Amino acid sequence: MSSARDTLLARVKAALAPLPERAPLPDWERELVVMREARGAVDAWTLFSARLAGVNGTPLTSVAELIALLTKSDWRRGYCDPALWAELRPAFDAAGGFTVETTFDRARVDDYQFGITAAVGAIAETGTVVLSDAATSSRLAALAPWTHIAVLRRAQIHLDLPAAIAALPKDPNVVWCTGPSKTADVEGILIEGVHGPGIQVALLLG
Amino acid sequence: MALQQIDQFAAKLRPDTRAAVYDGSKKGHEKRTAVLFDHYPDPDHLRRLAGNIKQHVVENLDTLLPAAAAALERNGVKVHWASTAEEANAAVLAIMQARGAKKMVKAKTMVSEETHLADYLGKNGVECVETDLGEFIIQIDGDHPSHIVKPIIHKNRREIATSFEKHGLGAYNDDPQTITRRARAHLRRKYLEADVGLTGANFVTADTGRLVLVTNEGNSRFCLAATKCHIAMVGIEKLLPRETDLGLYLNLLARSGTGQQLTVYTEFISGPRSPAQPDGPEEMHVIFVDNGRTEALASECREILRCIRCGACLNVCPVYRQASGHAYRSVYPGPVGAVLSPLLAGERFPELADLPKASSLCGACNEVCPVNIPIPDLLLRLRARGKEAGAKNAAAGTPPMGAWSLLATQPFAWRTSLTAGHTLNYVPKSLIPVPPMQTWLRDRTLPAWRGGAFRKWMKDRAKK
Ligand code: SF4
Repeated sequence: MSSARDTLLARVKAALAPLPERAPLPDWERELVVMREARGAVDAWTLFSARLAGVNGTPLTSVAELIALLTKSDWRRGYCDPALWAELRPAFDAAGGFTVETTFDRARVDDYQFGITAAVGAIAETGTVVLSDAATSSRLAALAPWTHIAVLRRAQIHLDLPAAIAALPKDPNVVWCTGPSKTADVEGILIEGVHGPGIQVALLLG
Repeated sequence: MALQQIDQFAAKLRPDTRAAVYDGSKKGHEKRTAVLFDHYPDPDHLRRLAGNIKQHVVENLDTLLPAAAAALERNGVKVHWASTAEEANAAVLAIMQARGAKKMVKAKTMVSEETHLADYLGKNGVECVETDLGEFIIQIDGDHPSHIVKPIIHKNRREIATSFEKHGLGAYNDDPQTITRRARAHLRRKYLEADVGLTGANFVTADTGRLVLVTNEGNSRFCLAATKCHIAMVGIEKLLPRETDLGLYLNLLARSGTGQQLTVYTEFISGPRSPAQPDGPEEMHVIFVDNGRTEALASECREILRCIRCGACLNVCPVYRQASGHAYRSVYPGPVGAVLSPLLAGERFPELADLPKASSLCGACNEVCPVNIPIPDLLLRLRARGKEAGAKNAAAGTPPMGAWSLLATQPFAWRTSLTAGHTLNYVPKSLIPVPPMQTWLRDRTLPAWRGGAFRKWMKDRAKK
C-alpha cells in the first residue's frame, strides 16, 4: 500500500508548499489546566471520592462496605480478578451466599451482576479510575456486569489530569472511567448504564 | 425573492422539532459556559493556546503524519492510507474480507458518515451495526444525524418508541430508561457476535502513537472488548504533536461539547491487546483518510482543520437553533459545517455554496470554539469564493443592492433621499412595494425613519 501513502503525503506536501512559514509549536504549563479545586487539595482520596460521587459513582473504603452494597441489591453472582480474590475471599466467604468466578465466560455475559478488577491508577480532580490491559484481568468483566468494582491503592491516585497523562502506562489499552456509563441522547434526559456499568465503584484497599 | 435554501428548510420544520433543537442546543451551551468559567480563571487563554497548537499541527502535517504512522507501526498497528471516501471504504472491506469477517459493530465516527461506510458495507454483504444509542436509532430509522455530538437532538421519545416497536424491539414504550435498556440488551448480542469493531479517533498522538477515544456510553469500549479486530478510520487532521498536549484538549473537549468535566470513558489505544489479556482485538488497523482535507489544507480556510468536533458552535448558533442540522444538507451542520462541508465537497462546492451565507456573522461560534477557529472570517472567504465561482445558490436570498449603490455614490442624491425618506413615516408600511421588505416586515417592525440625523449631529458638533 506504499503508493496510497505516497499519493496522500504528496497531496499534503503540495498543499503546504506555498506557506511562507509554518505556525510554531507553543509550550505550555500543565498547571494551566488544573481546575481550581485541585490546586492545593490536601488529601487525594478525599478529593477523589467527592468528585466520583459528583458523577454518581460510588467510593468505598472497605470490603465490608462492598459486601453491604452487594447484599442490599441482592447481587450475588459475579466475577473477581483471580489475584484479588485471594485478598477478598475470606470476607465474602464469611458473609456467605455469593457465587464468584475467577474466569469470565463471554457466552454468559449477563450472568454476572458484578465484576471486580484491579485499577492501575486514579485521578482525584475528576473522580476517574484508570484501567489497563496489564492491571485489569478481563476487559469484558470490567465492562459487561451492571456493577463494576475497581480496586485501588492510595499510592496510585494522581491529583490531576495532566499528572495522569504524564503517567500513562505503556499499555495498548488504557481506559479512564469516570462514573457509570451514561447517555442523554433521548430528549437530553440522563440515563445511566447504557452499554457499560450502571454502578461504578472505586474500592480503596490499602 | 427566493429564500435561501436553509431558510426554506427552516420554514418547513415542525414546531416540536424546532423546539427540541432550540432547547437542546441552548442547554448545551449554558452548561458549557458554566462549567468552563467555574473551573478555570481564564478559559479564553486555554482556547487560544489549543488553537495555536492545532494550527501548528495543520501546518506541519507533512512531518507529523509520517511520524504518527511510524509510532503506530512501532506499536504493532497496520497503517493504511485513503485519499478518497471510496478508497477508505474499500480499505475497510478488504480488511474484513481478508479475515473472512461478515459482522461489524461500529462506534460513532464522523469520517465514516462522510464516506457512507455503513451503506457501502451493507451493499457488500457485511452487517454493520451502529452502537451509539443515538446513531443506532438513526440507523434503524434510515435517518441522518442532525448534530455532531447529539445525533438525535431532533427526535422525541414518542418517535423513538414507535420505531423500536416497528423494528421488533418490544411493545411501544416511550420511557427513556426502557428505551435505553432495550438497546443495551439488543446491542450486547451484536458486540459478541461481531468479528470487527470500527471506531474513529478524537486524537492521535504523533510522538507515542496512541489513539484517543472519548465516549459516554461505553459502546466503543465494548467494541474493543468483544471483537477480534479493531479498525479505526481517522481524518488526517486528528493529530496532536505531544502526548502531554492531551491534558489541554481532553479538558476542553468534554467541557465544550457536553459541559462535562471529562467524558465517562477516555480510551488510549496503542495497538492489539496484550498477550496476557483474554479480551479484545488481536489485530489493529488505522486508516488515515483525506477525503477533501488536503484541498481544505491548500485553501484560504485551512484553520477549519483545527476542529475537534465538540459541537459547541452548533449549540450557540442562532441559525442552527432555528434551522436544525438537516438544513445543512451535509454531514457537518452548524457553523463548522457551513465552512467544512463546502470545502470537503470538492467539485460539488457550488451545491453547498449557500451554506456560508447562512450566518449573521455574529461571531458567537468563534467565541465558544475550543480551538478558537475564526469561523466568521472563514465564512466571508467562502462567500467570496462562491461569488467568484458564480454559484447560483450562493446568490439566493441576497437583496438587490443596485439602487442603494447608485445612491451611495452620488452625494447629492443621497442627501435628497435622506430627506425624502421622512415621507415614509406617513405611509403604511404594508404599502411599500418591495417584496423582500414585506418578508422582512412579517416578523419585525421597522423603526421610524430618522434619515439625516447623523449628518445634522455632525454639523452641530462642528459649530461648537
Ligand atoms: S469548529 Fe470549534 S466549536 Fe465548532 S465543532 Fe469544531 S471545535 Fe467545536
